[in-house]
Amino acid sequence: MYKIIVLAKQVPDTRNVGKDAMKADGTVNRAALPAIFNPEDLNALELALEIKDQYPDTKITLLTMGPVRAAEILREGMYRGADAGVLLTDKAFAGSDTLATSYALSCAIRKIGEADLILAGRQAIDGDTAQVGPQVADKLGIPQITYAEEIISLHDRTIQVKRRLERGVEVVECTLPVLITAHSTAPECRPRNAKRLMRFKRATTLSERHTTAEDYLAVHNDQAVLITEWCAKDVNSDLVQLGLGGSPTKVRQVENIVFQAKESKVISTDDGEIESLMQELISQHTIG
Amino acid sequence: MNNVCVYCEFEEGRIQEVSYELLTKGRSLANQLNCKLEALVLGEGLNGLEKEVSRYGVDILYMADDKRLYPYTTLPHTAVAVGLFKQTHPQIVLMGATSIGRDLGPRISSSLTSGLTADCTNLEIGEYEDKKAGKKYENLLYQIRPAFGGNIVATIVNPDNRPQMATVREGVMKKETISDTHKAELIYLDAGQYLRDEDLVVKIIERHMETSKVNLKNSSIIIAGGYGVGSKENFNLLYELAHTLGAEVGASRAAVDAGFTDKERQIGQTGITVRPKLYIACGISGQIQHIAGMQDSAMVISINNDANAPINKLADYVIQGNLETIIPKMIRYYKKNIK
Repeated sequence: MYKIIVLAKQVPDTRNVGKDAMKADGTVNRAALPAIFNPEDLNALELALEIKDQYPDTKITLLTMGPVRAAEILREGMYRGADAGVLLTDKAFAGSDTLATSYALSCAIRKIGEADLILAGRQAIDGDTAQVGPQVADKLGIPQITYAEEIISLHDRTIQVKRRLERGVEVVECTLPVLITAHSTAPECRPRNAKRLMRFKRATTLSERHTTAEDYLAVHNDQAVLITEWCAKDVNSDLVQLGLGGSPTKVRQVENIVFQAKESKVISTDDGEIESLMQELISQHTIG
Repeated sequence: MNNVCVYCEFEEGRIQEVSYELLTKGRSLANQLNCKLEALVLGEGLNGLEKEVSRYGVDILYMADDKRLYPYTTLPHTAVAVGLFKQTHPQIVLMGATSIGRDLGPRISSSLTSGLTADCTNLEIGEYEDKKAGKKYENLLYQIRPAFGGNIVATIVNPDNRPQMATVREGVMKKETISDTHKAELIYLDAGQYLRDEDLVVKIIERHMETSKVNLKNSSIIIAGGYGVGSKENFNLLYELAHTLGAEVGASRAAVDAGFTDKERQIGQTGITVRPKLYIACGISGQIQHIAGMQDSAMVISINNDANAPINKLADYVIQGNLETIIPKMIRYYKKNIK
């Protein structure tokens, strides 16, 4: 039996940024962006589920850090096959950079305990830093295998992984425990399972139960699954290393970029105009 | 002490281009800070590299030549770099935002509890005031990068923790040698002094490195497609135009994410940075991350349905309309007018 923790993040869908994504004052209008399960974290979940297919008594715990709302992705993960969810949420985490985030996650991983394998997406689409995976591995003092495309084999606590590099592929082998980050070329996550959807759709955190009082009875009569919710104190973290204060990096300035506008010449699709543009480019030796 | 250090990536007998670009940037930062430029090269069979590395104005070159350091694996390189930095206390450490740099950088930063900023598009030296704490800092590294889907540009600083670390993609900085006769002080490191047995737990079983078929960086004409191209089939129009003009085809991230073309063609902050003579942007709206990768193009032509596409502001020529109509006409009139 393997004990796997999958790290996941709820992210604004920056791939489909609309015109209302920015407020007039130049700040990001988070409310206008849908919140989604970070895509490569779903690849990581699939790699975990493949191991569970092979070793059915494997236990997969999905761990996320974020606001109360982030429990949405824990449910989503449970619909797809994760056995349990843990939400790490606390105002003390606000403003965390990657290092402070990694520290908080590593405390929660220690609290869950005895993980053989930690899987995470390579990077989140809202930051693209790819730093949290390796930093968590460092905090836990375990090795890392980044950019995993495929888990080739896992026997007797030895794992073989195919890595997708910028300029090639590599197959590496390591004994557990290890932290693996999944590349977008890893298998796509399986869809929701209808039975699991019925079983987990009322799975909630304590905070969610408190805010939806009218559902209180319904939830409790159902004996719905309780999603674990931990605060900074629950995971025995050192407050000094959390949040803005625990982050070595500070944002000095954020600005909207104003392009240095050139004087553009507007051309129509008329044959004559396009021909004279091509002639001009040829005579300047820009082309040809 | 407290110098600028560049981790130089060694692969298949040579130092990677991005490392030379960072040495060039590192040299100018070291000049501004009035400190030395250091380079760290880890690998096997490094003899003779010192000459090439020195040309970029490196003052001190640290080299560890050991078979356990090649090919690259995370823990041995982390152990040597962290061990060295604990002795030399560099104020700035730069590395390429490559498969290796993005694997190694965060590990080192966590070990040293120092701040790391990924994929910077610019690095400058400046001051910083922490108004809450009432503290002023001078000569900090400004780590400048687009953020949040490219809608904003953020300047990040690391006021208190050292080293200040940043990764930068290949092609973002320009490489420039200082002198062919300059000689760096060469210091050999004994890897055995830093490595523990448990650092060797990850073993490489197989390795295939491919050379990229796409050569965007050295192309003088680039035809780039965005989400507005609409489909993989429509991208064929771009290949046709590229074939006619002797150009290379690039793409925005949105087009790559949509599956219109391959990742290796991606231009922008998380792709390749290019500086061609002519950049033809087809159906590209122009998010900051994309602009970051092409803004130094000598001439820009934007083909777009949307008259208000942000990229039009950067364009010398804006052709308004459908690329299905426009590109075949460009091909026809190029062929007609070229001798």
